[in-house]
Amino acid sequence: MDIVKAFFNKYSNYIWITAYVILTLLSFIFGFNPGKEVFNNFTQSFIEMITFMPFLFIIVGLFDVWVPKETIQKHIGQGSGIQGIAWVVLLAMLQAGPLYGAFPVAYILYKKGASFRNIFIYLGAFSSMKIPMLGIEIGYLGVQFSVVRTLVSLPLFIGIGYLMERYLKNRHFEISDGSH
Amino acid sequence: MSSNAIIFISLSIVLSGISFALDKKKTLEGFKKGWKMFRNVLFPFLNILILVSLLLYFVPPDVISKYLGANSGVLGFAIAAIVGSVTLIPGFISYPIAAGLLQQGASYSVVTTFMTTLMMVGVVTLPLEIRYFGKRAAITRNILNFIAAVIIGLAVGLILGWIS
Repeated sequence: MDIVKAFFNKYSNYIWITAYVILTLLSFIFGFNPGKEVFNNFTQSFIEMITFMPFLFIIVGLFDVWVPKETIQKHIGQGSGIQGIAWVVLLAMLQAGPLYGAFPVAYILYKKGASFRNIFIYLGAFSSMKIPMLGIEIGYLGVQFSVVRTLVSLPLFIGIGYLMERYLKNRHFEISDGSH
Repeated sequence: MSSNAIIFISLSIVLSGISFALDKKKTLEGFKKGWKMFRNVLFPFLNILILVSLLLYFVPPDVISKYLGANSGVLGFAIAAIVGSVTLIPGFISYPIAAGLLQQGASYSVVTTFMTTLMMVGVVTLPLEIRYFGKRAAITRNILNFIAAVIIGLAVGLILGWIS
């Protein structure tokens, strides 16, 4: 059973697409209309995706080599006020992955002496201002939507940072490395 | 081809050109990194495109607009915010879903609330968050972000309504 499980885990990404291709072929062979219509929808969204995603990742890859995260991390915890906020937001924008991937980074920032306010601002910015994500968002929902959403969200993240700092002050708050 | 695609294509050409002129090796390294990231998301993305195509076919627009549309009121927000908070969908995958929902008649406010809770509130990952931040901070952060998500949803809907 473990072998079967391992097989599924390893190839789970391909199972759906394979099943879909087979079902679509069958739909066309037997003239099953819903299958054809779903395929039409799929083709449209596939074209939409493939016309911008590869280019987006070229941009993201170039960003990655030209703006090394380590350089920015050096500035964290130094600047105060708006400058400090700008650095954490910038650092957050260069990341990738799900929010729980940001928790270990929050611990590192904490160790480096970043304020609680900036750590929570980092989490906020991480959650919805990462550059690759903004790129995909623009591709699907348009520049206008992305700009409006980001400009509305940012002040709220900063507000949450201030609120969290105020709330946790004098409450013996600390961030741990997640090992216990 | 959409205007968005044109933005990305021209931007990537311009940036690649500049980067190449400055440092050939670094540019190739960047391409490699970008390709790796693209490859990592490609299959999950294809899977979600299949799901969205099925959704577009099986869920009629009037159902979507009734529960998630402009007139869905508090119910629409509640559905969006709760589903967004409890599900663990990688962010990049939420955009085709969001675009599909909008196409089927969901309102911008509701879709924004859904996406924002998805990104900022994590009920499933709460135990993990507690290990780093402790119970008090983790729960407070999630509650504050839940409230913020609804505010963001409302504000974005309003602003986009004004603009257009």
